[in-house]
Amino acid sequence: MSFAWAKPYEPKSPFTKWVDERLPLPRLVYGAIGGGYPVPRNLNYFWNFGVLAGLALVIQIITGIVLAMHYYSYAAGAFDSVERIMRDVNAGWVIRYVHQNGASFFFAVIYIHIFRGLFYGSYKAPREMVWMLGVVIYLLMMATAFMGYVLPWGQMSYWGAQVITGFFSAIPLIGEPLRIFLLGGYAPDQAALTRFFSLHYLLPFVIAGVVILHIWALHIPGSSNPTGVDVKDEKDTLPFHPFYTAKDGFGMGVALIIFSIFVFFLPFSLGHPDNYIEANPLVTPAHIVPEWYFWPFYAILRSFTVDFILPAKLWGVLAMFSAVLLLFFLTWLDRSPIRSTSYRPVYKIFFWILVADVILLGYVGQAHITPVNVALGQVAAAYYFLHFLVILPLVSKFEKPLQLPNSITESVLHGEDKESAPFGLATTGGSTTAPAAAE
Amino acid sequence: MPGEPVVDAADGHADGVRRRDFINIAATSFAGVGAGVAVAPLLMQMAPSADVQALSTTEVDISKIQPGQGIKAVWRKQPVFIRNLLPKEIAAANAVDVATLRDPQTLAERTKPGKTNWLITLGVCTHLGCVPLGIGEGETRGEYGGYFCPCHGSVYDTAARIRKGPAPKNLQVPEYKFTSATVVQIG
Repeated sequence: MSFAWAKPYEPKSPFTKWVDERLPLPRLVYGAIGGGYPVPRNLNYFWNFGVLAGLALVIQIITGIVLAMHYYSYAAGAFDSVERIMRDVNAGWVIRYVHQNGASFFFAVIYIHIFRGLFYGSYKAPREMVWMLGVVIYLLMMATAFMGYVLPWGQMSYWGAQVITGFFSAIPLIGEPLRIFLLGGYAPDQAALTRFFSLHYLLPFVIAGVVILHIWALHIPGSSNPTGVDVKDEKDTLPFHPFYTAKDGFGMGVALIIFSIFVFFLPFSLGHPDNYIEANPLVTPAHIVPEWYFWPFYAILRSFTVDFILPAKLWGVLAMFSAVLLLFFLTWLDRSPIRSTSYRPVYKIFFWILVADVILLGYVGQAHITPVNVALGQVAAAYYFLHFLVILPLVSKFEKPLQLPNSITESVLHGEDKESAPFGLATTGGSTTAPAAAE
Repeated sequence: MPGEPVVDAADGHADGVRRRDFINIAATSFAGVGAGVAVAPLLMQMAPSADVQALSTTEVDISKIQPGQGIKAVWRKQPVFIRNLLPKEIAAANAVDVATLRDPQTLAERTKPGKTNWLITLGVCTHLGCVPLGIGEGETRGEYGGYFCPCHGSVYDTAARIRKGPAPKNLQVPEYKFTSATVVQIG
């Protein structure tokens, strides 16, 4: 697909030949993650997170299918069915903990993946489609995570549903009828729970479909790399297998160890204890907070406290959605020809300020509402938009970037031009000979 | 370092075994064991859960069952036949030459000592799991006076032993004990 020197798939046995002529699925896999996909040789561990996100999606789908075998989407029994999974179903506790913490794992991995894309300019030509499909995946993940969170029908998830569906009531005129239509009732109840369950089961498969498009779109230009310099020739790349399968495999092992620490030792550390109280439509928790991965957006929502032309509530909802939708337009907001922020001294400073700003928004999103926190949130939310709408376009216009390396290989070798070629690849330097011939 | 020979994994191994082969096998095995451990809970959740297993004992009051009568109780969501045998039914069961049976068992082996009139069996045909007739008032009991499964024609005698038809085994006797003269605990 990507480069001329990609090794074509050659079926060896009569059976694989037979299959290849009828359904070239092994050929597809070989071209996607096998020796047939040449990848820049200088990828760092930030490039591990795409695979980890795929792993997280698979974990969520498998554990989710199993949990659905034991869960009742019945308002009077949903909470109890989750407790039954924890107590009576064989190994149910571990499956639920994996699914519950798996959502956090998925978002943590996705945030690092997005961060990688932002830092190394993965949203720039020719990978705009990859980026936009990624934003679609992220939006679908947010919807899926929200609806999944509602299913245990605990206090926090019930009131979360109340708050999130309340967004729709901010829309002028049709808002309140629309909200009632979407909930199938005047408040979250049986109808809402059943449709959330149905959609929570459906959307991961939609995500999997968009993931396939995301990878398909990626494999046309090929993977980016930390220098942001285009691949020039075969020396700049390695076949995906075995080089990146091995590297990703190692990273996966480390990630699973960290994930296991959460599942087995800190299963509640990322959740809220109020979700162990059964939903009560008549009592609101003292402090409604979403899961950690929504904190920054929740902070933006809460930053609007004054009516200004439109009601404050509508401003908050619009700002929150815009904060995500802005990412669609990054390609056109950032006009710098340089992809990697490593070579952009001015933008690099603003990039890290943005990271700090999002972390601050996250803090405000889970903090109690006090005048200081509200002010902090307002400043941080304003800066978030300032960064994307003003700073980013201006910096990309006036910044003088550092000298880019001439090639990926040059950036890797640090001037050692006589390095042996990777195993199994032709070399132009002539410094290596086949080990067998040396005997 | 200049001048030092490049160490190659294949060096000094005439049989072609490389150190990398060991790493390959070790890493793959480790990943395989890990995958196996990860799959275990996904399979275990299929087995009966604790609340299902908690249905495993049932107490039945048998004081109202007259000789010649039988009742259908429920244990593990399955029917259990509890029959108070008449002396002539006991005699008929004992008259059979055990050696001629498909699943040789005496009535004494299928009841508790001193309580041979209480025949307690699962009401599940050992052929394909249907519920045989004969426990209810007026139901056909088949030619041996026990139970009859009309679905595929299995005929059981007064000790609920298989006598004719496709079923391979006698109706199963569950674990049970008399907790008092009138109460039997099944399971």
